[in-house]
Amino acid sequence: MKSNSLVRLGDTGLYVLTDLGKMAIFFLKSIRGAFRRPFRFIELLRQVHFIGAGSLVVIFFTALSTGMVLGLQGYYSLNKFGADGMLGSAVSLTLILELGPVLTALMVAGRAGSAMCAEIGIMRISEQIDALDCMAIDPFRYFITPKFLAMLVAMPLLTAVFDVVGIGGGYLAGVKMMGVSPGSFIEGMTTSVTNHDLKVGIIKSFVFGLLVVWICSGRGFFVREIRGAGFGAESVSRVTTQAVVYSSISVLVFDYLLTAVLL
Amino acid sequence: MKAAIEFKNVVKSFAKRDGGVQYVLDGVNFSIPAGKTTVIVGGSGQGKSVTLKLVLGLMQVDSGEIFVHDKNVTWARGTELEQLRTQFGVLFQGSALFDSLSVFENVALPLRELTDKSETQIGEQVAATLAQFELTGHEEKYPAQLSGGMKKRVGLARAMQLKPSIMLYDEPTTGLDPVMSHDIYHLFARTQAEFGFTSVIVSHDVPKIFNLADQVIILNNGKMDVFDSPEKIQWSEKEYIQEFVRTTMGDIYQSHLVE
Repeated sequence: MKSNSLVRLGDTGLYVLTDLGKMAIFFLKSIRGAFRRPFRFIELLRQVHFIGAGSLVVIFFTALSTGMVLGLQGYYSLNKFGADGMLGSAVSLTLILELGPVLTALMVAGRAGSAMCAEIGIMRISEQIDALDCMAIDPFRYFITPKFLAMLVAMPLLTAVFDVVGIGGGYLAGVKMMGVSPGSFIEGMTTSVTNHDLKVGIIKSFVFGLLVVWICSGRGFFVREIRGAGFGAESVSRVTTQAVVYSSISVLVFDYLLTAVLL
Repeated sequence: MKAAIEFKNVVKSFAKRDGGVQYVLDGVNFSIPAGKTTVIVGGSGQGKSVTLKLVLGLMQVDSGEIFVHDKNVTWARGTELEQLRTQFGVLFQGSALFDSLSVFENVALPLRELTDKSETQIGEQVAATLAQFELTGHEEKYPAQLSGGMKKRVGLARAMQLKPSIMLYDEPTTGLDPVMSHDIYHLFARTQAEFGFTSVIVSHDVPKIFNLADQVIILNNGKMDVFDSPEKIQWSEKEYIQEFVRTTMGDIYQSHLVE
């Protein structure tokens, strides 16, 4: 009984290591694809449009509601200490350093990441990726690398939109609804937010974008090799769920690590 | 006769869930003559598709050597592997057409990605190929709008674009009705007669597929038996082949579907 458990443990350990190794090679090949010719610029634009413009509505509403909640909660807390003049500072720093990059990444993982994973998974099970290989067309250069590059372009831009709309929501709730002075809101924001804070937000959005596109496209690419995923359409659906869960958890874990290192 | 593909002592195994090992190819040797049609048959899980994947470098052998046009390609990687693959045309079981591309774009794909031809030249070549495969008028359709037989024709048209020296067919008539299978076999025979490439067909469609065969390979439990004509199969003294003949080839001489 004990030896069986050890065998299973070893087997699982080997599977996890192999899987991580495959994902690492997948990442390197995706980066290498950017240096192979011909470069698919139109596909890159198409993906930027899909990830970026396609996510604008969901980012807008998430940012607006988050900013407004921050405005109301911030006012409630700060007002107890007579410090409601700090509301602009609290809202903007929270959004730029934490909530903007994290919530944008989670929304993009749910919307574009899941679609990427499902698309690549279907291409894999219907032998479309094998067909590319057999035609000597590098599948990474052809359709994986444009997704990576598009995510690196779109994620910081979406995060910037999230930050601006979120701060607008905080202003709406704090100033227009709760009566905080507009001058103190803007003064608090402009004096407390530094270039370093903006850089931290941008670095986070780059890293989160890379995590989302790597995990989501990688899971789809290896759909046939993932233990317990099953076969056919069922495997794509399970792996898509797994991709969104893994990428969301990775974003949260890396958020802590980056905060600890960068602040 | 010159060999297009040669397997020498090739071993390929897979790990089983119970910890054991299944030998799909257990030291097999065979050669596929250039310009001829070889049909590979065998039960499910006997390694027919694995054989094709080994040739294409989509899988690696455990041991042994594979030669394509006398060149050892067993461990081909990178550019060498890409160059090797340009010699092959592959027709997949499900056709493997790109869902988001039209018929025209699917057929033009290898030309756009792998050649320096202008869009005008590509347009002319694709139009000529589509006419040859009776697909004119369907250029703007997407794979989801095509019948099974039309998908196979588009897949074949795409595979032919770079004028391969070897065509590999993986279960080409699976899912097609007998009439459509008959048309597809005619198309294979006609195309091969016109271009003179080497054909390797993996199929379950016995005995009809034997009407195309110059050579037959039967896979069974990791071993291979090679026959230089389909008729010679019935003279084998091996028990599993006699059983194969009894269950699948009873009417081989009556099924002259492809003349």
